[in-house]
Amino acid sequence: MHNKSVAELSRELESGKISSVELTREYLGRLKKEDEQLNSFISITEEQALADAHAADEQRAAGKATPWTGVPFAHKDIFCTNGVATTCGSKMLANFVPPYDATVTENFRKAGAVCLGKTNMDEFAMGSSTESSHFGATTNPWGLSQGEKRVPGGSSGGSAAAVAARLVPAATATDTGGSIRQPAALCGVTGLKPTYGRVSRYGMIAFASSLDQGGPIARSAEDNALMLNVMAGFDPRDSTSIDRDVPDYTATLNEPLKGLRIGLPQEYFASNLNAAVEEQIRGAIREYEKLGATVKEVSLPHADLAIAAYYVIAPAEASANLSRFDGARYGYRCEDPKDLMDMYTRTRAEGFGAEVKRRILVGTYALSAGYFDAYYLKAQKVRRLIQQDFIDAFQEVDVLMSPTTPSPAFVQGEKSNDPVTMYLEDVFTVAINLAGIPAMSVPAGFVDGLPVGLQIIGDYFSEARLLNAAHQYQQVTDWHQREPQ
Amino acid sequence: MQWDIVIGLEIHVQLATRTKIFSGSSTAYGAEPNTQANAVDLAMPGTLPVPNEQAFRYAVMFGLAVNAEIERRSVFERKNYFYPDLPKGYQTTQLERPIVGPGYVDIDLANGETKRVRIHHAHLEEDAGKSLHEDFHGMTGIDLNRAGTPLIEVVTEPDMTNAEEAVAFAKKLHGIVTSLGICDGDMSQGSMRFDVNISLKPSGSETLGTRTETKNLNSFRFMEQAIAHEVERQMDILEDGGTIVQETRLYNGDRDESRSMRTKEEANDYRYFPCPDLLPVEIDDAFIEAARNSLPELPDARKARFMEQYGLNDYDAGLLAGDSKLAAFFETTAERGKDAKLASNWVQGEFSARLNAEEKPVADSPISGAQLGDLVVRIADNTISSAGAKKVFEALWTGENDNVDAIIDAKGLKQVSDTGELEKMVDEVLASMPDQVAQYQQESDPKKQKKMLGGFMGPLMKASRGQGNPKLFNEILLRKLGT
Repeated sequence: MHNKSVAELSRELESGKISSVELTREYLGRLKKEDEQLNSFISITEEQALADAHAADEQRAAGKATPWTGVPFAHKDIFCTNGVATTCGSKMLANFVPPYDATVTENFRKAGAVCLGKTNMDEFAMGSSTESSHFGATTNPWGLSQGEKRVPGGSSGGSAAAVAARLVPAATATDTGGSIRQPAALCGVTGLKPTYGRVSRYGMIAFASSLDQGGPIARSAEDNALMLNVMAGFDPRDSTSIDRDVPDYTATLNEPLKGLRIGLPQEYFASNLNAAVEEQIRGAIREYEKLGATVKEVSLPHADLAIAAYYVIAPAEASANLSRFDGARYGYRCEDPKDLMDMYTRTRAEGFGAEVKRRILVGTYALSAGYFDAYYLKAQKVRRLIQQDFIDAFQEVDVLMSPTTPSPAFVQGEKSNDPVTMYLEDVFTVAINLAGIPAMSVPAGFVDGLPVGLQIIGDYFSEARLLNAAHQYQQVTDWHQREPQ
Repeated sequence: MQWDIVIGLEIHVQLATRTKIFSGSSTAYGAEPNTQANAVDLAMPGTLPVPNEQAFRYAVMFGLAVNAEIERRSVFERKNYFYPDLPKGYQTTQLERPIVGPGYVDIDLANGETKRVRIHHAHLEEDAGKSLHEDFHGMTGIDLNRAGTPLIEVVTEPDMTNAEEAVAFAKKLHGIVTSLGICDGDMSQGSMRFDVNISLKPSGSETLGTRTETKNLNSFRFMEQAIAHEVERQMDILEDGGTIVQETRLYNGDRDESRSMRTKEEANDYRYFPCPDLLPVEIDDAFIEAARNSLPELPDARKARFMEQYGLNDYDAGLLAGDSKLAAFFETTAERGKDAKLASNWVQGEFSARLNAEEKPVADSPISGAQLGDLVVRIADNTISSAGAKKVFEALWTGENDNVDAIIDAKGLKQVSDTGELEKMVDEVLASMPDQVAQYQQESDPKKQKKMLGGFMGPLMKASRGQGNPKLFNEILLRKLGT
């Protein structure tokens, strides 16, 4: 049962072969047992899940089911869940129980899906390894059979690891600079970062507001489509969400790929790329050619500036977004503050981890009088150039393809003391966030028994085309079906 | 040494929208603390701002009323600083692209001249909450009801040269925003708050001196006092050869003293940057035209109309037209009373004096424009004297009775205007004062004569028990005394 996709589970529930309560019990049992070595969940909401499963079975019996009614899944612990602790992986919010749902949370609730709990993440989504969580690191299920504890990527490492280990068939995630695609790649699952504004950010705890975007992680492109059908849409509570019709993303999955024009950005196949990874990606592209696609090399001239621009803009926004965590109204407050300044300084010194503090400091510096023009304004100019690179590229091709990461999952602890090396994990992913376009990571092979991800990048609002391209590839390959031992 | 005073103002105007600028919470004043603060106002994690269209409409109306350019693409920025009544740790405001660009307001001065005060810009922003230091022993309470109330901050050029001009500008602005209906104008509740920037320079010098900012003045009187106080303070320092420190000061109106709040060196680096949660707001022609069409009559137009329609002079028309509620009260009084000049005198005189004495806004007046109009009718038709009218006014104000004629009857205030009866009284009084009559008739200076005439009025009023029509007494006296 645990190997079934969302689409399959939905059909089984519909046929009456299994009830949501039975399914939920089975998943919960497996989750509680298997997650001890992975630590992919921060909280498991068993009672609530079973109550929701009961309600879902009644809905289905009443003939009021959606494809999601009764299907188990999990939320990244960055989405606010009414009445359920939402920690963002931080000590600062370890005790925070929101009195409201995120729009994404509300959408899944309305669709009748059964949330089993909240998945682990880098603190405030700042990281590429899910090692900076206050609730401990998550372990990648791949590599365990070799006796190694490898990172699942981050920041949505809990969601990716849980889906890879079949603890849930699907999980929500967020992506500010690669936080859906990089963990999806490292865990051998499929993930999609939608166009900025496609999925509401209301109730999704902000890291960098102009870059953050919620999206799905599941094993197949088809399940990603089913998730996006629930997640996407205009939300009057988010002024940056875009009022544009949401297509049925499953409707176009089976379109043939004949004539699809694929561009390979030459800058993403440069010297820092692991040769074995490149070989796997080249192999995937040959599959696309067999499916009728044409391939050409393109250039993104400002690609090498993306990391620098990103690590100014994202921390700058974060430095303001995280100011609200001051100990005054909710969340962590230090013991016995002497005065206001003491409350602020100790609350924030004790409540935030090292990486979050590093980024707040970097962002504060970049916005300071005398530095603003050289850093923040310059980075915004670079951002527009990067955006223009993509706009130009999409004049020539329909999608771009590249590796999602330069190398497969690394061993825990290997990069945690070297922030710059850690930041380079996102070298192929951050530009997509700066441009605001959608991109996926699709399992495309293995190197030394570890998954490799193919990144497929599209023009604004081309999610349906990306899902179609990924789905067609998954009809002729089985990388996404491989199960870690 | 002679000094020139240079004054610029920053005025925070609370907009009278029903809900807050970025959330659906009510903006009503005076509710229990924190009952009008939702998840957005509390800056709960993941919550996002949604702009209130009405606040933009009001800001555009203001811009049009002060002859300003409207910014077509206005941008919100985050102003970062930590304070417990600022829940997000930043204030959402405007810096580079404020919604209202340069404009101007003309003010009337007591010497009859008109002066133009330029407006540098006006921007939209959210108000902070309130820190309550008094009510909790050793602790500070936070009330976030006000957090997120929409404000426009109006920034003038340093065009004013004394307290009179600054107060005239402040009153004019008050008249404009209340006439527009975009602010309730209630300064005691903080609906309008003034910051005054003051500097001195040697008379005639082109170089501006170092300025100070005195913050949060919430009445015209305090503003006038604070300016006088600060000018004197700076003058003392400069004349002693000292230098002015650029700083923000707080003025205590009850004690007429001020203290430094923070100097320039202590000022925050606010690290402004465009708010990524809010897209730039595009304002198109249709929106501006709709706002223009919804503009009510403004003080300048109303003043012109009052001069034309009621024959008021420039000064009276300006005073009455400046405040929309006072203007409306006057119009009711004038129309009911059928004598605009008399209505104007009473509205500006007895009525305004009484409101001021009791610190009441026009809206809280216990008497209506119609009642005062009825009173004006009885003054104009000589039924009562002005002394009698004051007694009627008093009775109306205290609520003793609400009908003018009933009060006149009950108090026996009706004037005697029967000339035969009055002539008899004049004859008797003149007969009893032969010396004064002779003196009067020998006097050749008409001024002195006029003064002596007053000497007969007292006994006449006494003889008529205060009910003789003084105007008629005067006429009869002049005739009988043979001038």
